[in-house]
Amino acid sequence: MPLVSFHDVQKTYRSLQGVDYPALEHFSLEIEVGEFFCLLGPSGCGKTTVLKMLAGFEAPTAGRILMEGRPVAGASRDRAVVFQGDDSLYGWLTAVENVEFGLRMRHVHRTERRERARRYLELVGLRGQEQKYPAELSGGMKQRIQIARVLANEPKMLLMDEPFAALDAQTRTLMQMELASIWHATRTTVLFITHDIDEAVTLGKRIGVMQAGPRSRVKGVVDVSLDGARSRTDDAFLRYYKQVYEMIRDEVAKSLSRAD
Amino acid sequence: MRLARHLWTVYGGYALGFASLFVIWQLASIYLVSSVLFPPPTVVFKKGLLLVKNGVLLEHLAASLQRILAGFVAGSLLGIPIGLAMGSFLPVRKLLEPYTEFLRFIPSVAMITVAVIWFGIGEASKVFLIIYTTIFIVILNTAAGVSAIAPNKIRAAESLGATPAQIFFHVALPATVPYILTGMRLAMANSFTTIVAAELIAANDGLGKMLWDGRLFMLVDEIFVSLVTLGFLGFVTDRMFRWSIYTFAGKYSPAT
Ligand SMILES: Nc1ncnc2c1ncn2[C@@H]1O[C@H](COP(=O)(O)OP(=O)(O)OP(=O)(O)O)[C@@H](O)[C@H]1O
Ligand SMILES: [Mg+2]
Repeated sequence: MPLVSFHDVQKTYRSLQGVDYPALEHFSLEIEVGEFFCLLGPSGCGKTTVLKMLAGFEAPTAGRILMEGRPVAGASRDRAVVFQGDDSLYGWLTAVENVEFGLRMRHVHRTERRERARRYLELVGLRGQEQKYPAELSGGMKQRIQIARVLANEPKMLLMDEPFAALDAQTRTLMQMELASIWHATRTTVLFITHDIDEAVTLGKRIGVMQAGPRSRVKGVVDVSLDGARSRTDDAFLRYYKQVYEMIRDEVAKSLSRAD
Repeated sequence: MRLARHLWTVYGGYALGFASLFVIWQLASIYLVSSVLFPPPTVVFKKGLLLVKNGVLLEHLAASLQRILAGFVAGSLLGIPIGLAMGSFLPVRKLLEPYTEFLRFIPSVAMITVAVIWFGIGEASKVFLIIYTTIFIVILNTAAGVSAIAPNKIRAAESLGATPAQIFFHVALPATVPYILTGMRLAMANSFTTIVAAELIAANDGLGKMLWDGRLFMLVDEIFVSLVTLGFLGFVTDRMFRWSIYTFAGKYSPAT
């Protein structure tokens, strides 16, 4: 049984003018336990919509979303979210206090939760920054705090919405490597959203390519059988890159020519 | 030496500004409008010192301050939870908005008559007026602060397992602190206007009463002592608020 499954999900947004926009239609997808699934698609195709529904922030208009066979209803600590921007961090809490937030809400004893928060801060390479406030940290550091915060909460699944999109190229590559090694160590199931083919092939075990909206759905899924360290110059890497690129090229063109 | 330099860069401008204010006042009262109706600062300060020594000034000051403090604290304690509830729950907002949107346009000064009729000329009417002048500004700012919280802060807490009550106390409340303080700061400034107006009309003591008596008995220098005291008091309390907003707002900012 897959960990998560979308069955024929439909999501229609109603604009303020009362016009309906069918963002997703007949959207189906299965994510297995322990896999790193990348969801790739042109801008505006509905990737964030998929994540919001799985996180429980929004309900689908029709269809079913199941986790471990049970319908998703509202947010849960089983499904932790790393947001695209840094506005989800708590500016009045230090780095370590941000990371231990979930544990504190569950009344984990202070010394234990500090211990755990420190361990995860160390894991994301933020040793020595525990007492700093988010405003005192760089964009990359803030994304690390977000990652440490969800890891410390030990969810069944991580949902990440273009977490590295706003970072510079060097930092992004570094963060991708760190995330890959964290995933290898923890084997937590990940749904990773990106519009960057390179990032998807670097990180994903499977890559789902979405078609352009409206009425978007998964166009196809690519199995990436590369293991361990992936190099952008490997033939295999380039083959996968090309395969995904060909799938998405027409969709990007479609999404750009869309008259809205 | 370095300390002196530091103090100068921080407070030098202020010191100069205030000094020039008094110098201009002094010159104006001697050369421009040489009249008993416009006493120079030296006379005012001498009179002020006298009133401090015989306890009259402190008595009036304490009376006004007590009223402001009582009404301000009560108004804030009422306004903050109401504002939080209005910002957090739409039904509460819809229910209470008619009250806040209607009443906040009736200035507290206009309520003096009603207050005196209802509560007499004792403390109660003054405290009521300060509560009235405080509560709506605090409610409005607090509610605005709640709506300014980034939705992702709430969502993150939800998916980290926080209960609605925990989200309220650990996310919504701290994220709103700078807005609450700003509301209180504005309310404090209004409280000064209100208390003086109320004491002018109906009071046995207070800085407003002092102004009134000064007019009645043509004690112009006493009027000026009262005015300077009001200015000074307002300045000091406002600085205190500015300082606390500055200290907290840095990290309590709702946006980042
Ligand atoms: N709250 C909303 N109300 C109305 N329309 C919405 C809303 N949220 C999203 N949409 C529309 O749904 C479509 C999908 O949006 P979504 O944010 O899921 O796209 P995305 O794939 O995440 O895009 P990007 O790569 O730019 O982040 C878009 O056309 C968008 O305009
Ligand atoms: Mg998006």
